[in-house]
Amino acid sequence: MSPVEKIMVRVTVNGKPREAAVEPRILLVDFLREELNLTGTHIGCDTSYCGACTVLLNGRTVKSCTLFAVMADQAEIITVEGLATGGTLHPVQQAFADNHGLQCGFCTPGLLLSTVHLLTKHAHPTEKQIRKAIAGNTCRCTGYQNILKAIRAAAGVPAPDPNAEQH
Amino acid sequence: MYPYSFQYHRATSLEQAVALVSQLGEEARPLAGGQSLIPLMKMRLAHPSDLIDLNFIPGLAGIHERTGELRFGALTRHADMESSEIAAAIPILHDCAAGIADVQIRNQGTIGGSIAEADPSGDWVPVLLTLETSLRCLGPKGDRTVPLAEFVTDAYTTALGRGELIREVLVKIPPKNSAGAYLAFKRCPSVYATASAAVQLTLGDKDRCDDARIVLGCVGLTPIRAKEAEAALRGKPLTAKSIEAAADAARIAAQPTSDTRGSANYKRVLVRALVKRAISIAVRRARGERVEATHEYVAR
Repeated sequence: MSPVEKIMVRVTVNGKPREAAVEPRILLVDFLREELNLTGTHIGCDTSYCGACTVLLNGRTVKSCTLFAVMADQAEIITVEGLATGGTLHPVQQAFADNHGLQCGFCTPGLLLSTVHLLTKHAHPTEKQIRKAIAGNTCRCTGYQNILKAIRAAAGVPAPDPNAEQH
Repeated sequence: MYPYSFQYHRATSLEQAVALVSQLGEEARPLAGGQSLIPLMKMRLAHPSDLIDLNFIPGLAGIHERTGELRFGALTRHADMESSEIAAAIPILHDCAAGIADVQIRNQGTIGGSIAEADPSGDWVPVLLTLETSLRCLGPKGDRTVPLAEFVTDAYTTALGRGELIREVLVKIPPKNSAGAYLAFKRCPSVYATASAAVQLTLGDKDRCDDARIVLGCVGLTPIRAKEAEAALRGKPLTAKSIEAAADAARIAAQPTSDTRGSANYKRVLVRALVKRAISIAVRRARGERVEATHEYVAR
């Protein structure tokens, strides 16, 4: 096979222009972690399932293990490193901290970005919308109850009535 | 995981993409959302020599209504189908779009990519087969329009010629007294369904069923049009008895195989239940009722 040409990928990551020349087969998650040293985006299952690698691409969540970096050329990307401003946590991060919305923390970057994306679409989501929004994020510690609590707190919505149907 | 190496080409027009796919040989493949192809490449089940990226082609995504027809650009993402007010004119389209995999996959995966992939467990083909759907394609010999019913010829196999690409999905808007529903059952959000049922009914006077289309997904090499099930409803009053007969006929029409998602027998039972429920939702919708329906999974 003839040698594969490297392709220049120019993106805006967390507001800053970044670029690197990579082989086309390099996944976006490896581009972020290995080329840009942004290791907050995690590789969990690496099979498009768990959502630990979730980032915002032009304002929408994608699984960065299921995208070639070259496909993100010219895009605006937000990773977990881009959420806090200065020393202040993003409100969604603060809500996760306040509500014990993380245990080992491995799935947290993805869940934070899925929550940010949810709140841009629905400022006051219903319980159903919340659950649907994080369906693509797996918490291997199974800490979902506190994750739901954290998301409700971030959104300022009350817990659903346990006697009512939740779906 | 790294896939095998490949050469990358970025098309800036559909004409250029067609030329590239045609010229680069049999192992070259177009790349739309990549939500099926990239996982296959990572598992090294697919190793194309060249990828022709369609994502930078302007105007290939978009939803339009024109003279009784909805037109979806091939690169329209599932998430845009889900949130489109134009597409909401045909509720079964929303049922499908809102339940495919999870948010992240829906933000990236495309309707044209899903149809062209022709995965036996894909969602769009069974849904669109219940409607009058055709595909506008562009190939080296020019433009042509292919009815969807003639498009999927086998598992992962379509009527697309070498270098031919889908440009647009055209769907006729059904009449007012017609409505459908799509139900798919899956074990958890991010996976393909175990079985699915797409139903479109046209009601006449006194709850008579004037027309019916019933298509089953995941239970054969291609989506299965359950014609006996349709015949059990067509021209008859919609009663518990006729609906049961249709569901039974659908169970018999299914050709499932046992796999990790369930035994063949389980899938037949599932198909029967899904068809029965989809019929009842379609009937309520045809009477003007708003009913939610989409993919279902255990821990919903």
